[in-house]
Amino acid sequence: MAGLFEKAVLRLMGDRGLLVEYGDSISPDINVKVRTMAMVIADENPDGVVEVIPTYRSLLIVYDPLVTDIMTLEEALQSMEIRLDQLEIPPPSTVEIPVLYGGDNGPDIEFVADAHNMTAEDVIRIHSGAEYQVYMIGFTPGFPYLGGLPEELHTPRLESPRSLVLAGSVGIANNQTGIYPVDSPGGWRLIGRTPLKLFNPLKENPFLYRAGDMIKFVRISEQEYHRILSEGNA
Amino acid sequence: MDAFRVLEPGPFTTVQDSGRYGYQQFGIPVSGALDKLAYLAANMLVGNQRNEAVLEITFIGPRLEVLSDTIVAITGADVPVFVNDRPQAMWAAFAVHRGDVISIRSARKGVRAYFAVMGGLDVQEIMGSRSTYTSGKIGGLEGRPLAKGDTLRRGPAGALNRMVFVPENFKPRFDTDIALRAIPGPQDDFFDTGLGVFFGSEFTVTSKADRMGYRLEGPKIEFKENAPQSIISEPSVSGAIQVPPDGQPIIVLAEQTVGGYAKIATVISPDLDVLAQAKPGDRVRFVPVDLTEAHTIYRSYRSRLDRLKECLRS
Repeated sequence: MAGLFEKAVLRLMGDRGLLVEYGDSISPDINVKVRTMAMVIADENPDGVVEVIPTYRSLLIVYDPLVTDIMTLEEALQSMEIRLDQLEIPPPSTVEIPVLYGGDNGPDIEFVADAHNMTAEDVIRIHSGAEYQVYMIGFTPGFPYLGGLPEELHTPRLESPRSLVLAGSVGIANNQTGIYPVDSPGGWRLIGRTPLKLFNPLKENPFLYRAGDMIKFVRISEQEYHRILSEGNA
Repeated sequence: MDAFRVLEPGPFTTVQDSGRYGYQQFGIPVSGALDKLAYLAANMLVGNQRNEAVLEITFIGPRLEVLSDTIVAITGADVPVFVNDRPQAMWAAFAVHRGDVISIRSARKGVRAYFAVMGGLDVQEIMGSRSTYTSGKIGGLEGRPLAKGDTLRRGPAGALNRMVFVPENFKPRFDTDIALRAIPGPQDDFFDTGLGVFFGSEFTVTSKADRMGYRLEGPKIEFKENAPQSIISEPSVSGAIQVPPDGQPIIVLAEQTVGGYAKIATVISPDLDVLAQAKPGDRVRFVPVDLTEAHTIYRSYRSRLDRLKECLRS
């Protein structure tokens, strides 16, 4: 397994953060290890752990130094590692994201098509034909860092970012694709938009997916877009 | 109950509490009051026993019309406070009556002041917190700063058995030369001579300083030869000091969950209260501490907060 460390590397992030690195590259194996450990820690809930944040290749344990210390946490991590092989990781959910491609909602789709000598139809077929893994979530609430964009669609960012990208916009930046969950500035090439609300803070579960889940984009018509929008994502 | 009408909002006044925990894995930062001691003091002064929501004021305070009799307190940055035209002391609770106008003017020293009301500000709790996170448009008043014409509500009032005040030694010093203690890492190994420049130089706070982070200006912190200039995006905490390729450090604060810049060191959490009151033009030095020292400082900070609570228990 390329890049996966034999032994986790621990680093200090201030007086309340312990960074645990499991590898030094972006790869599914390393990311699975990160997420599995995050799950186990959440499950074991060792004393003094305030929050666990999994990312591509490392996770951060935020702890209360009045309750625990680095040595105790390190020992807890080691004993969890030993039991890791016996654990059944729940399979990732696949979340379908309906997308209206092109038009006003995907103003850069022609650019992406031209850049690869293909038609907008090809872009849609290839983009919606793949499955993408959520490696991590960050930047804005619910913004997924997705792996698995087919190489034919890799396209550089805008030279100058837009000051406003509307919530739901689906874009491409180099080898990544992603969805903007809230209105924000952004420099990704926009190829479509989902009518789903990806972040609903008032719901008991405010997010549609978590790190590790798979995302599949499903092409919809303008009619379907407006129907889903008017149903308010109930 | 309706408590105040906002006559003037001030440039950036937000509702904050002790923060929103448990959602950083979904891209929701902690948010919350930046100067924790001043925040805690404001709440304790008005008899709030829990982490109630207050106003965090930036540089210039709001003008508020009082809609119902209550008790309030203002702490943090040194701001002139008036009730109608009568000056009012900070760091002490005082009664206000329906029809009064509270004016909180420009900070003479420091940046962030805290305005607490008995019972706490009553806004909807979002994911376990009332803190405003403006980029995510959640918390506080529809996720935005105060605006003219807003009505602020307050929770049910408790009781204030005796009036209390904050002893002088708990108040901020507002030095313009600030020493921040920091633990090297997690990417201190990206630097060799740069580490010496970082811990041996003075940096100036720029005007790009907000709740997301403080950009500093000073001698360029060079990466060591062959070190990558960025990292695979990883988690970040309040106090993390990023070094972008231009070599000018950025101290991350309460509104960022992940980042792709190398972090040379991390400011220890007790010193973040001091940083919250640093303004553009102030000079910052970094002092290296190891984890053992840092935890000793942390324990003494926490017992200081406990002593403050003891003084203010009404």
